Amino acid sequence: MVTTTAPAAGVWGTIWQGITRSTSGFIGLCLVLGVLFFSFVGPLLIDTHNPTDVTKIWGAPSAEHWLGTNHQGKDTFTQLVLGGREPIWVGFVAALITVAIAVVLGAVAGYVRGRIDHFLLQLTDITMTIPFIVLMLVIASFYRTSSPLVVSFIIGLVTWPFLMRSIRAQVLSLKEREFIEAARLQDLGTARILFVEVLPNMAGYIFINFIIAITNAIYAVVGMYLLGLLPSTADNWGLMIQQAWDNNAFLLPQAAPFLIAPMVMIMLFQIGLVTMTRSLEQALNPRLRDR
Amino acid sequence: MIDHTIDSNEAAGLAHRADTAAHHRAEPPVLTLKGLRQTFKTPRGDVPAVAGVDLEVRPGQVLCLVGESGCGKTTTARMAAALTEPTAGSVLFRGKDVAEMDRTERAAFRRSVQYIHQDPYASLNPVRTVYSTVSAGLRRHKLVASHAEARRVTTELLERVDLVPAEDHLDKYPHQMSGGQRQRVAIARALAMNPEVIIADESTSMLDVSIRVSLLNTLGRLRDELGVGFLFITHDLAVAKYFAWQGEIAVMYLGKVVERGTAPRVINDPRHPYTKALISAVCEPDPDLVRKERVRLRGADIPDLTDLPSGCDFHPRCPLYEEGDCDSVRPPLVRGHDRLLACHVATRR
Amino acid sequence: MSPVNDLPATPDTDDGALLSVRGIDVGYRTGRKSHVIAAHEVSFDLHPGQSMALVGESGCGKTTLGLGLLRLLPRTGVIPRGQILFRRKDGVRVDVRTLEKEELRRFRWNEAAMVFQGAMNAFNPVLRVQDHFLDTFRAHENGRRRSRKEILEHSAELLEMVRLDPARVLTAFPHELSGGMRQRSLIALALALKPQLLILDEPTTALDLLTQRSIVERLTELREQLSFSMLFITHDLGLAAELADRVGTMYAGRLIETGTTRDIFHRARHPYTSALIDSVLPVVGDLRVPTPLPGGPPGLHTLPEGCPFAPRCAHALTDCATTRPALDVLTPRDRGLSHTAACLRSTDSELHAEGAPR
Repeated sequence: MVTTTAPAAGVWGTIWQGITRSTSGFIGLCLVLGVLFFSFVGPLLIDTHNPTDVTKIWGAPSAEHWLGTNHQGKDTFTQLVLGGREPIWVGFVAALITVAIAVVLGAVAGYVRGRIDHFLLQLTDITMTIPFIVLMLVIASFYRTSSPLVVSFIIGLVTWPFLMRSIRAQVLSLKEREFIEAARLQDLGTARILFVEVLPNMAGYIFINFIIAITNAIYAVVGMYLLGLLPSTADNWGLMIQQAWDNNAFLLPQAAPFLIAPMVMIMLFQIGLVTMTRSLEQALNPRLRDR
Repeated sequence: MIDHTIDSNEAAGLAHRADTAAHHRAEPPVLTLKGLRQTFKTPRGDVPAVAGVDLEVRPGQVLCLVGESGCGKTTTARMAAALTEPTAGSVLFRGKDVAEMDRTERAAFRRSVQYIHQDPYASLNPVRTVYSTVSAGLRRHKLVASHAEARRVTTELLERVDLVPAEDHLDKYPHQMSGGQRQRVAIARALAMNPEVIIADESTSMLDVSIRVSLLNTLGRLRDELGVGFLFITHDLAVAKYFAWQGEIAVMYLGKVVERGTAPRVINDPRHPYTKALISAVCEPDPDLVRKERVRLRGADIPDLTDLPSGCDFHPRCPLYEEGDCDSVRPPLVRGHDRLLACHVATRR
Repeated sequence: MSPVNDLPATPDTDDGALLSVRGIDVGYRTGRKSHVIAAHEVSFDLHPGQSMALVGESGCGKTTLGLGLLRLLPRTGVIPRGQILFRRKDGVRVDVRTLEKEELRRFRWNEAAMVFQGAMNAFNPVLRVQDHFLDTFRAHENGRRRSRKEILEHSAELLEMVRLDPARVLTAFPHELSGGMRQRSLIALALALKPQLLILDEPTTALDLLTQRSIVERLTELREQLSFSMLFITHDLGLAAELADRVGTMYAGRLIETGTTRDIFHRARHPYTSALIDSVLPVVGDLRVPTPLPGGPPGLHTLPEGCPFAPRCAHALTDCATTRPALDVLTPRDRGLSHTAACLRSTDSELHAEGAPR
């Protein structure tokens, strides 16, 4: 089969235009790229050796330690640079899993209807009622897992139902559109109609939800560290906040950078994603976009 | 944007059309609708959208269904294309009931009877190119062996529907084209299935007048050159007359056919009071024809389908209404010397 | 702008016209400083009691112009230049283009009202028809505040005028009415404050033939009774022939021919007008095969330098591609009824031989 290209400017072209057409969208994009650069390229540029130094506990910011040191005398800035990779990775993978499950199941449920639809809806109901935090607690205590991949799988596996329901609703309405009926009149086959005719029309919507899923997953993983549900191993923004909390950093003025810096990084990344999504939505949402 | 139009010798075309029409009339119908009914269940009661329609579509012939909105013409068309199941009655394709077909027969029927929607803005997938849209069926059903052949066949199809130069349009997206061009793409897509019947549901009503005529000419050539039979649905009497001049017109009112005959007879000499009212209500583009005499209806509003009047459905509005049969007996569709007519009064005259 | 000879040179000259449109451009903002013009340099006069049709194909700018005249354009709409002079009931001439917000609110409905295309969208679906009447009266009757009962009685009269049963319609929600009933209610609502001008955008499109007929008849009657002026926008030439006494043809955002209905339908001088009329399929008589008009209208961004119709015109000369023709007066008449056409060959005897009206 011949692969078909995306519309006029292409999905990516539309996304690019959507982000760059408003100032806030562009700032959002810059924030996101900035944080990604900081977290993924940053570690290559600095000395990652960050030893415990009992002589420098809670050191104030200085030329040597830009953001001071933590309760173990480790350099806060180095930790900050190293600590972004994991939550962002986890967020990304979890979002990927959520969206993949939601899109496939939502599309099948919406298009095929009948018993399959009924079963899948029941499944979403069940999944939605699983208390996420408790599940994490159980898993964390049983397996003492520290693999970010497992964490993202768990997040992905419990957060898909919400998106799945809205994808299903979209497919239900797209299915009634005339061009889908025309495809059925051509006897093109369910799989092709679903994945080649229906889903590309939701590409923008899916992409936006993917970004939203990333923000949610990042909050989830940071929250889990904060609650101490995940064992402390590698450097991680969430872990930094938890350690700051555990060591009463909020009582010590010189410890403020250790608490605030990771929070600021998370906020910058999330604000970037959200503003970017908002202007994307205007570009991709057919109701906001003119014909 | 250039909407290509044909400039063939129309007079010769018409003569040719008349010959083929006479030739085809003897052929057995491809598509037969028998006692077709569709009743929708609503909270306010059952709505008999189509209440017993018998029609035949013959190869190379046009059958035009005209009527106002809500008369059941679109529902009839959708049942004929097997897009919806009739409540009662049957659709026969080459004499075989579509409801009793097995999988392969049904697939063949699906491809042989194509449906063209009204809105060319909604019937093309906005994220697919013209090539992709038109060739999807060809590729799916292995009607072409290679990518190159698919492109060649698609080009030919676009030329058939007068979308030239076809190469320029192959890689366009629907939003880059005008309404008329999009509708041509929709027709090319239907043609890719090599159909025997095309069901066109108000396919020209969303287009501007100048484009409408050239699109009708294109469809007319498919009918004459490829022998495609047409079930053509429209509310526009002028379009019906133009396209079905060599064929038949059936006028529908509240789910039933009230008058059916050859286009010149029905349009130029309407017998059913409803047809007469419709034709006299048309605004002609000539200020001197404005004050012509019009049929006065007794009531303005169409009765509710859930609460139909007794006897003839049209009697509360009918100018020919006579006490007696009109309000008690439903007039059957009877064959007169030149048409089928469902009216107690007009058939007596 | 191209001056039209029979129009008064200065806007201050008052020749009794109700509406004098002088060289207006109507368009939409596309960016902070850029805009695209959908209607160019439009000038015409509408005198009291006249009914004028603006005809043209989709995208010719007729709806934009109609909305622009009452400043009902969406938020991005702009009228960068020209004047829309309107003689109010008190005899004062105002320029609608520069009216202040409050004055504009008072102007609409009291002086000029609009009947939109698609009557469903013009009604708020959660309000009963009577609430629309109450809202309209309360919003536009300045000073005197009538009781609910009084207003409803008045509304009932208005509905009877368009042959609707007030008892049934007033308490109904818009979706409970048929398309024709909604359209008639909307006309009644538009006429509520006795405006001098009614602008109708595609008043019968999407309505059935018999319903269309009843709307046409109601409008004709109402105009005789209430003697308001009418400007209606349509692509249906049959409707124009029937309802209007003057017609203006629009093409690519410009008024290219104006005249009485007979001028346009019997003696059209612009090839586009003729082609448009020719492409209408008639219902009466034998089969007539119309000559299809090749091509499509130019885009707003790709207007040709000369006559916008030249690329599709069968009679185009070489000059047509470079010279943009002005709207020339062919047959001067007063009250804005002159036959004018914007075509270099409008007086070409070769093209418009005697006895060949089309």
